[in-house]
Amino acid sequence: MELKQKLEILADAAKYDASCASSGTDKRTSRDGKGIGSSGGMGICHSYAPDGRCISLLKILLTNFCVYDCVYCVNRVSSNVPRARFSVEEVVNLTLSFYRRNYIEGLFLSSGIIRNPDYTMEQVVEVARVLREEHDFRGYIHLKTIPDASPELMARAGLYADRLSINVELPTIASLQSLAPEKDGQAIRRSMGQLKSKIDESKDKTLSGKKPRRFAPGGQSTQMIVGADTTDDRAILDTSANLYGDYRLRRVYYSAFSPIPDASKVLPLKAPPLVREHRLYQADWLLRFYGFDADEIVTGTDGMLDLDVDPKTAWALQHREQFPVDLNRAPKAMLLRVPGLGVTSVARILSSRKVRAVRYDDLVRMRVSLKKVLPFVVLPDYHPGHRLDAPNLKQHLQQAVPPQQFGLFESL
Amino acid sequence: MHIVRLATETDFEGWRTAARQLLSQRVPPEQVEWRVGEESLSLFDSEPMLAQSASGQARDPVQAVTEFKVPREFVELCRKAILHSDPARFALLYRLLWRLKELPKLLHIAFDPDVARLHSLVKAVRRDLHKMKAFVRFREIEMENGESEFIAWFEPSHHIVEASAPFFTGRFTNMRWSILTPERCMHWDGKTLTFSPGASKADAPREDSGEELWRAYYRSIFNPARLKVSAMQSQMPKKYWRNLPEAPLIAELIASATQRMDTMIAAEPTQPRRKIVKYVAKKADGMPSEQNMD
Ligand code: SF4
Repeated sequence: MELKQKLEILADAAKYDASCASSGTDKRTSRDGKGIGSSGGMGICHSYAPDGRCISLLKILLTNFCVYDCVYCVNRVSSNVPRARFSVEEVVNLTLSFYRRNYIEGLFLSSGIIRNPDYTMEQVVEVARVLREEHDFRGYIHLKTIPDASPELMARAGLYADRLSINVELPTIASLQSLAPEKDGQAIRRSMGQLKSKIDESKDKTLSGKKPRRFAPGGQSTQMIVGADTTDDRAILDTSANLYGDYRLRRVYYSAFSPIPDASKVLPLKAPPLVREHRLYQADWLLRFYGFDADEIVTGTDGMLDLDVDPKTAWALQHREQFPVDLNRAPKAMLLRVPGLGVTSVARILSSRKVRAVRYDDLVRMRVSLKKVLPFVVLPDYHPGHRLDAPNLKQHLQQAVPPQQFGLFESL
Repeated sequence: MHIVRLATETDFEGWRTAARQLLSQRVPPEQVEWRVGEESLSLFDSEPMLAQSASGQARDPVQAVTEFKVPREFVELCRKAILHSDPARFALLYRLLWRLKELPKLLHIAFDPDVARLHSLVKAVRRDLHKMKAFVRFREIEMENGESEFIAWFEPSHHIVEASAPFFTGRFTNMRWSILTPERCMHWDGKTLTFSPGASKADAPREDSGEELWRAYYRSIFNPARLKVSAMQSQMPKKYWRNLPEAPLIAELIASATQRMDTMIAAEPTQPRRKIVKYVAKKADGMPSEQNMD
């Protein structure tokens, strides 16, 4: 099979993984090296596909042959999609060839499970080893690890990779059991725990002051498929909060279950729940950067996030008694809860109000969504009056941001 | 009217020296006109003042303002803002300097129109730099000695070519490359960086052997069930498309997306064509391998 055809099959098979991050690892360049590459800082998206997703890494599978039968997956053993397998050398050459032309930040390699977990993991690690050791490649490497692979292989993966990930796949262990019969939710969490302690160790100096062995300086992440099972948003966010807390994940990615070629009849296909996925990401940001707890974000009685307004607005609507907030006096934690104010805007308000009072015109100049902010705040020259009690407040806020506007997390 | 002539669009040292002198002579911002290079003189050109570089002789006036320390943060912001293409940037920076003297905490007031403008200039420059790192596309050519050289054509919005150099030399240290832009070009031979005047798109190679694979990748990594064109365009505005080898695919991918998704949804589930051997995790070997999964 031609290389191009393999690439088409094995990129197609990899696209259901949402992560393409290339951030958070250590700073390095090739100035003192023989090879190519640099990393560190915020990561770079070298292109965007019309699905709005960032293309930062060459994201491919080593092979889409798989002996497992996860029903949501395009690569499951019972699917009739065309199969292909890269050689180690082919992946290495593709990565270098793309990197030299500045198409990518590095490689995100994952694989269907062939023969057994160890054999598969060994092949994946070998690609990373050749890139690092034989080509002195200093770009980003993200490896998907396979839960049941041996600890030695994991250690080697961490030595070469910037980031490791294991997908929890589904929000609950019970759903995993029914939809991915060969996978073991407990084992996945155990592996995450092991990765976490290795990552922690690599950050501590040993007693003798020796530099610890390198282990995935970009940390670990995971992905959950949304909408393939019946788990509600509250349970999903609970799982996320646990994952962030217990395993200190850098990111939890949410992937709306999307129609795949040759789908299993167990899962009726429909357009992916993109708005729901978007709301989950917004809620995830509230967890990580806005001081919200998992159990207060979902306000509806059905355990689901409100699709009509963002979760911060939904929370504010249910807690109207806590508003309006005086922008010149309220503590930071409360400013962060004002709909329409992002982390940057809050920082600006805090720094400005030390010098002089923040006024109505300032808000206009800050280019926040006035429609969203104004009902919830008080300024020396502005008071919302009874706007907070208006029965149609929600409809009014809904118009502030069209629901199709994605990716603007800053203005939560 | 005082006229200051800066050597280049990014002459930060020249701006700094002139600004110090003007400040020490208490020249208010409204009375200064900033120009770059050798343009013809205007009617008001009564006393042109040439900006001396940092090593210039203008010692005395500088001395007079040394007690006035500007925040370090301000200097850093100025270095970035000066790379912006807005002709009014020099005046803005001097006005900020002038006002800082009266109000040392000025920079804290993020809503102040001048401060906000400074931040928006810096933000635009940072974004442009980031997009340059992202969207430069090298094309490989073979030189006479058989070695490869990589050449890119890029059109930045601001004066950022020099500022981007450390990124490219640190990443592509062991490659020979040139980045050509309309205003300024830079060249790296593996050891030294040199600059030359602007070039045109025709000076860069028109294609590259690696682009077909890249386009194949771009086509395949796109998920037609998740079409979000506006999200793509907010991050990759159309002005960059003409220099991206993958961009010509966008229209076709968008046009066929809905139909591709509908076909997937409408398709009848199929029976597995292959014989499936139940995978048993415990027995590590002799498991179904790719051989019996044609
Ligand atoms: S293990 Fe499951 S999710 Fe992973 S490739 Fe195989 S079938 Fe897909």
